[in-house]
Amino acid sequence: MKPMMSGLTAMLAATLTMVVGAEQGVFDEYRAMMGDDNPAIFVIDEGEEYWFEPAGPNQVTFEQCDLGLGAGVVEGAYAQLPRYFSDADQVMDLEARLVFCMVELQGRTREQIHAKPYSLRGDLGTEMEALVVWIAEQSSGTAVAPAQDHPKERAMYSLGERLFYYRAGPHDFSCATCHGQADKRIRLQALANLSTHEGAAEAYTTWPAYRNSEGLVRTMGWRMRDCFRQQRLPELIMGSEASVALQMFLAVNAAGADMAVPGLKR
Amino acid sequence: MAGRIRIRAQQKGDVTEVKALMRHPMETGQRKDQAGEPIPAHFIEEVTVTHNDTVVMHGYWGAAVSANPFLGLRFDGGVAGDTVSVAWIDNKGETGNGKTTIR
Repeated sequence: MKPMMSGLTAMLAATLTMVVGAEQGVFDEYRAMMGDDNPAIFVIDEGEEYWFEPAGPNQVTFEQCDLGLGAGVVEGAYAQLPRYFSDADQVMDLEARLVFCMVELQGRTREQIHAKPYSLRGDLGTEMEALVVWIAEQSSGTAVAPAQDHPKERAMYSLGERLFYYRAGPHDFSCATCHGQADKRIRLQALANLSTHEGAAEAYTTWPAYRNSEGLVRTMGWRMRDCFRQQRLPELIMGSEASVALQMFLAVNAAGADMAVPGLKR
Repeated sequence: MAGRIRIRAQQKGDVTEVKALMRHPMETGQRKDQAGEPIPAHFIEEVTVTHNDTVVMHGYWGAAVSANPFLGLRFDGGVAGDTVSVAWIDNKGETGNGKTTIR
């Protein structure tokens, strides 16, 4: 009886592997069919409008916002984030930096910006999502090269690595529980091993992305926050040290790979 | 926000291949928001594709079509340089238009 059972299990496993393979094949086909027609292009246009639109009490645009390559320089900026900014004395990802510019340049309040940074169900996108995808798209084809010169940048990587392996919450989960091994999946979703260069590159270079299941553009910061939610951890605040640290960990692991945004996801 | 269409029309032998991507939430009316309140229905009802002045496709859509719908179609009789346009009307009476030339 026992040998037959294990034979059956093996057959079942083989079928499941085939299903997973087929699923990815179908989605690759779908991506190929869509070609350059990623619905994110609409959101990219909206992001450009937000960038050049005077906003906040000071009624200024983002043109004086320094994303690391000088005031108003957007091209290639995303690929070099997160990085240390001396004016804020902090390591920032794009979202943290945009919040900084909204507060310092435009005179807006953190409370207002953090009230709803990401879309909820039924929304057609937020300013933050639009700005991030417009900026990130201008790093497409550029190699990921997060800064690791400043001690705070290296400390941020170490913190990200610790967080990645830190087990917590009611399920005693860490990021590594799902993303620390090869060939794992949740239902039919293949999970990248983010501790390797290949896995981190595959993930990091394809966010921000348009998600078909939600009809929305989602950012890497949102992806981190949603992983926290799935782990039943406290809400990860956009642009917080923990969020930046995890993105730094991924970016450094992905360094050298070319950005390919906007991504198109299930 | 709504109303934008990105269209491309390409001549492939005798056939013109049209690809159109529309910006629309396509709410079914069946979903609820975070507060539990229903999200009102908002979807495209009619889509028309025109080649020069001739309608080559006219369709009735409903709530089953995805958000930001992608439409692909082929028709005969197009020549490079001709105009192809796509227009929609939704259940709130809002419209969207887009135009391109066949290349």
